[in-house]
Amino acid sequence: MKMKTARSVAGLLGLLVAMSAHTPAQEVRADQIMARSQEAFLAAGQDMVARITMRLVNKAGRERLRELTMLRKDLENGNQKYFMYFHQPADVRAMTFMVWTYPGRDDDRWLFVPAIKLVRRIAADDSRSSFVGSDFTYEDVSGRDIELDTHTLLREETLGGTNCYVIQSVPAGGAASEFGRKRSWVAKDTWLPLKEEYDDRRGELARVFTADEVQTIGGHPTVMRRTMRDVKREHRTEVVFESVRYDVGLADELFAERYLREPPAEWIR
Amino acid sequence: MRGAPGRLGRTVFGALLMAVIGPPATAQENTFHGFVQANYSVRVSETQPTDPPGDFLLGDQRLELELARAAESGRVRAFAKADFVHDAVEGAARIDVREAFLTLTSTRVDLRLGRQVITWGVGDLVFINDVFPKDWTALIAGQPLQYLKLGSDAANLNLYLGPVSAQVVAVPFFQSDVLPDGTRLIGFTPFPGRSTRDVQPDQRIGNTEVALRLSGRVGRFDTAAYAFRGFWGSPPGVELDGEDAVRFYPRLAVYGASAQGAFAQGILSLETGFYDSRDDPDGRNPAIENSQLRALVGYQRALGGNLTVGAQYYAERMVEYDRYRLTTPPSFPVRLQTRHNVTARITRLFNYQSSQVSVFVWASPNDEDYYLNPEVRHSLSDEVWVAAGANVFGGSQRHTFFGQFDRNDNVYGTLRYSF
Repeated sequence: MKMKTARSVAGLLGLLVAMSAHTPAQEVRADQIMARSQEAFLAAGQDMVARITMRLVNKAGRERLRELTMLRKDLENGNQKYFMYFHQPADVRAMTFMVWTYPGRDDDRWLFVPAIKLVRRIAADDSRSSFVGSDFTYEDVSGRDIELDTHTLLREETLGGTNCYVIQSVPAGGAASEFGRKRSWVAKDTWLPLKEEYDDRRGELARVFTADEVQTIGGHPTVMRRTMRDVKREHRTEVVFESVRYDVGLADELFAERYLREPPAEWIR
Repeated sequence: MRGAPGRLGRTVFGALLMAVIGPPATAQENTFHGFVQANYSVRVSETQPTDPPGDFLLGDQRLELELARAAESGRVRAFAKADFVHDAVEGAARIDVREAFLTLTSTRVDLRLGRQVITWGVGDLVFINDVFPKDWTALIAGQPLQYLKLGSDAANLNLYLGPVSAQVVAVPFFQSDVLPDGTRLIGFTPFPGRSTRDVQPDQRIGNTEVALRLSGRVGRFDTAAYAFRGFWGSPPGVELDGEDAVRFYPRLAVYGASAQGAFAQGILSLETGFYDSRDDPDGRNPAIENSQLRALVGYQRALGGNLTVGAQYYAERMVEYDRYRLTTPPSFPVRLQTRHNVTARITRLFNYQSSQVSVFVWASPNDEDYYLNPEVRHSLSDEVWVAAGANVFGGSQRHTFFGQFDRNDNVYGTLRYSF
């Protein structure tokens, strides 16, 4: 769960200055589009509260549910704080999970295990590992550093009636990634990614993301329903956002051990 | 006329209550949950004729009910969790009130009253500053981990003062750790063949245990300082009184500190504590545990997505070892001054995290004993999980920490349906 440079305006400007001298304008533009897209997708507003339902569906059609409340607050310097409270399933109910993310370095993560009233630090997983057993990785949930990949604008086309930039991202240098190549369809009007195709390292299509429903809430276009499909394993995760609110004034002190132990009643419902 | 002072009293009380607990927050959900669980374990090691008969260590069938309610708009919360247990090995049923407490919350203060589980420190199954009661028989026999921790009947006050938090816990009702007593699980006793009496500290106000914790962040580390004044929860003191062995709980103070944070792409955990054996400060009484220094270093790291590994080094050192050697009766085994311990844990998740395989090992290279716990767990659905594992103990001697449990090796299974 590394942070996006994009969230820091200074970082973005620095990137542009650094790259414009040596790289074709088109690549710079693709970087810009990806940075702006990530900002719109993962860091809209100063803070956000949402109730999230994840439906994990396997090849045989069997379903598992994950239901959580997520609080997110954006800080200066591109840092973010996340707080998650799990409502379902039963064996993780009342667990809380807190993440502080920093640009360019590993997260700090805490987990509270209610059965033994234990708060403990947990190792920042490989950011490519599955988030709570779903088809989404930690990286998908909170973003991948823009500068880890080389972005190229392939073309512009319409997807479901929306004009999109189609951008290809390839891990730069030896940057670690679960994909070999990724194509993103970024809406020109909302900057949201409407579709992403992830190829594995052999160049075969592995995962497909789709934004299935977009609503504007508090002035922020928001993906309310999304799906990640694992093409090879025929497994998919459907995610529904509900009760989304932005800029509600989440206090910084909510993201602390106290509330891991005693989840803030005001926000967790 | 009689009504007026009553109303006034209620108004004043209400105003005071509001002043203490602050403005109302939004109510939290009232919840009712629980599970039904079957949990069995069977001894697989050889026993001796003097050992308790029977192969089954657990025949545990239970219903756990958990109720949470919020009143006064979320500023007062009630929580209770009780297990209705049928123990097939004993052929007896009982109710076990695991937790039952009220929490009063205000802007900078939380007060929790009642039976509650409190867990301190940063060790993985290694406890230094966690002086709260534990049921070691649950761990040894193969119950789920949550049964290792027992509730304390306590008042627990938390103050949140910006960068520093303070927690004060007062426990007026002493609860010792639960250790094998020879009826089902076999442990070391210095006086074999004698009946054992348990003498708890008197329930006097003056015997209230008090534990203090100050915590805050230092850089990227979560740090805490601890102090405790109370009694040894384990091991108890043991002495002869006529024909009986008497188990008693000497006075203890503990002072310690811990830190945990990100380090070298993993999590580094540090903890230390000084155990001041207040009833035997000079280490002259062989019936009472010597004062000790304890220290822990742990490191945990995720390797690839679904694999996590952790390792710990833990040392326990007697402070007055020369006197311990001089006063130990010849018939007693002599312990090491410093017991070195290493632990390792490997956890691997499979199949969208619905299956888990883990191995935990704890060994002492110089005390020459070990504990091994492999386990597999699988979620059949969101509501149902099943687990199977083994607890294996061994050692070159019969009195060491794990060596004494050698004849309790077992395999266990658990099936739980949660709602």
